[in-house]
Amino acid sequence: MSDIGADKGFPRVPGSEPYRGEVDQPTGTATTGHEWDGIKELNTPMPRWWLWVFYATHVFALAYIILYPSIPLLRDATTGLLGWNSRLEVAQELTAAETARAELYNQIRELPVEEIAKSDELREVAFRGGYSAFKVNCVQCHGADAAGSPGFANLQDDDWLWGGTLADIQYTIEHGVRFAGNEDTRYSEMPAFGRDGILERPDIRAVTRHVLSLSNSGPADPQGAEVYAANCSSCHGDAGEGNRELGAPRLNDAIWLYSSAPADIERQIYSPRHGAMPAWNQRLDPATIKQLTVYVHELGGGEASPEDAPSQ
Amino acid sequence: MTTLLDTINNDPRRTAVLVEDATPVNNHEFRADYEARRKIFPSRVQGFYRQLKWILVAVLLGIYWFTPWIRWDRGPHAPDQAVLLDLAHRRFYFFAVEIWPQEFYYVAGLLIMAGLGLFLVTSIAGRAWCGYACPQTVWTDMFIQVERWIEGDRNARMKLDAAPWTFAKWRKRLTVWTLWIVISVATGGAWIFYFADAPTLARDMVTGQAAPVAYFTVLTLAATTFWLAGFMREQVCTYMCPWPRIQGAMLDENSLIVTYNDWRGEPRSRHSKKAIAKGLDVGDCVDCNACVAACPMGIDIRDGQQLECITCALCIDACDTVMDKVGRPLGLISYSTLVDFEHHTQTAKQQGRETATTEQKRVSFAHIARPRTILYFTLWAAIGLGMLVVLFTRGHLDVTVLHDRAPLFVTLSDGSVRNGYTLKLASKTLDERPLELSLEGVDDAVMWTPESETRSRQLAVMVPPDAVRDLRVFVSRPPGAEAVSFTFLVTDPESGEAVRSTARFETGSR
Repeated sequence: MSDIGADKGFPRVPGSEPYRGEVDQPTGTATTGHEWDGIKELNTPMPRWWLWVFYATHVFALAYIILYPSIPLLRDATTGLLGWNSRLEVAQELTAAETARAELYNQIRELPVEEIAKSDELREVAFRGGYSAFKVNCVQCHGADAAGSPGFANLQDDDWLWGGTLADIQYTIEHGVRFAGNEDTRYSEMPAFGRDGILERPDIRAVTRHVLSLSNSGPADPQGAEVYAANCSSCHGDAGEGNRELGAPRLNDAIWLYSSAPADIERQIYSPRHGAMPAWNQRLDPATIKQLTVYVHELGGGEASPEDAPSQ
Repeated sequence: MTTLLDTINNDPRRTAVLVEDATPVNNHEFRADYEARRKIFPSRVQGFYRQLKWILVAVLLGIYWFTPWIRWDRGPHAPDQAVLLDLAHRRFYFFAVEIWPQEFYYVAGLLIMAGLGLFLVTSIAGRAWCGYACPQTVWTDMFIQVERWIEGDRNARMKLDAAPWTFAKWRKRLTVWTLWIVISVATGGAWIFYFADAPTLARDMVTGQAAPVAYFTVLTLAATTFWLAGFMREQVCTYMCPWPRIQGAMLDENSLIVTYNDWRGEPRSRHSKKAIAKGLDVGDCVDCNACVAACPMGIDIRDGQQLECITCALCIDACDTVMDKVGRPLGLISYSTLVDFEHHTQTAKQQGRETATTEQKRVSFAHIARPRTILYFTLWAAIGLGMLVVLFTRGHLDVTVLHDRAPLFVTLSDGSVRNGYTLKLASKTLDERPLELSLEGVDDAVMWTPESETRSRQLAVMVPPDAVRDLRVFVSRPPGAEAVSFTFLVTDPESGEAVRSTARFETGSR
């Protein structure tokens, strides 16, 4: 029975008689000796160009193994004769990128932020650099669109708690707001009028109505106005115009840090919440802070520096 | 190798016809499957088509080599090279025309025209592209001519090829290869001049200061030219190129193809004088194999239409030379349509071979205008004219508006609403251009830029020559405004050209 198997082209036992291929008459090509249901396979040779390419890939592979990191070992891999590796390449590219932008970056480091904003080229560089830094460091609170959220300031609009000139913004970024780790941080605290028993509930409600009336969001309230004049106007101003020295928000505009709902305003007066922001001069280099300053200033609400303001 | 053939009339002015010992190596009867390539040694021919081909080679290569050196003044802000593909600055210059990347549809149109042009030419004159204009044919032709200069004609080359590698053989081969390399480098070298200022690049190439990609391109093109035209030759057409299949499928019975007129040539005979004397029926073909020896594709045209035939028409010249010598009318092998061929075959059968031969025209353009070719030509011309009209009436100003997405709108402290936009102002003139930007469709809106905070309804903008300027613009409307669509209008006060782009103003109100 084993003879039949050999005829059908099953693997040959080593040392046995070699298969003498039959030649297919119509094509003149030898068959492989395999036959299935009467169908035989021609032993067509590969084209020479194909074989040469196939051998060339072997040569290439061998050369690659010798020249480049290739064989994985327990902890790392063979290093290859050229000593190339992808980490080294990344390091080189990073160095090259740093060298390429060194000149502009140095200028940004040296010049005051007002000068940077005046130069078209530097402003553009700083804006884009600031955009990148903002995406990494600031979006967590101020949002990817820099439009903030309740309790976190909107940087797109023209309302500024601590000032919107380049210098103001730079100071705020450098030293933060109510940040315990920085001596020069911007600091202020609104008394907890309700929680600490300074005002009674009806007074708080009345002053809430008065605060709403300052931005024409509700009817005037004489009792509230009296309470406001006694307790609030020293920081928020007689007409609710706010005080940037103290970070006291404007109350007579359309922008609310937390909410414009009466209940929220009442709660803020009763027991205020205070936002905080880290002092970034402990984390970021001065050039990055300047770029962030230019970026935030350029978002649309930036104010002109006093010396640059057109004389009336 | 060769024998002398007796001529029909013993005119002493006519030289004897040599019978070539030529085998159509690519004919399937002579060639087993998977057999290695057998070299082809095309013999020199003289005649009308050979002349035509040399003229075409000169003209086409002249255009290729000299175009980058033509100058065209465009002023100080643009290059002065007539034809330039400026990849670095993404501009394509063609004499007075300048194309930006977003106008790529012109290139698409040109490609469609090239396609239709190919259909048109193929339906009229068969594989004329393959035979006359294809770089593979043109460069192979030149390389074979170099071989002829150095090694001699067909028989000398065959002898040398079979000879052992002596000093003389090395010397000849190295000379041939050197000349090939010179042509190849010139080929690859000319290519790069279309992509950069030619005189500057030429100097940089010589002094070694050009970009590595320039050297790499020259090297790659030179190497492929050397390999394809020097060694691959007809294999490129037969095995590598898809066009023979496409073009073969586009032929019809009215297309001109290189045809052996067997109604006239058969039965062929090498000893026609004796045969005629014996009263045997003899055709015009003296079976001298001149057509086979001349064929750069290694086929015998007398076997009929074949995939390998690139219709280079060299066999026509070879055969005409012989027909002239033996005193028979020219055109035993000719450009002929299948319709003509059938007609002549019928005539030859019914009225005799001589009548048909007398009637035969060398080239028949009788059916050049037929619905198919008219359709191709109309489409081709319509696209071409359409593109010309668009090209010469196109604007030189463009504006695109991108509305800020994050945030869509910003409420300001006075309750008014601000939207931010990035305008892309494209100016396609070659000078700096003062433009005016204004608002249409929102009467209560004002705008300003981050750089200049003066609110107004009109902004003056300077756009650099031949460039796109990104302009950040803020637009604000008073409290309580509803969302609305409006239009940014950009005008050029000097030329009066104006473009508009609609935009949306969002306020958060419904």
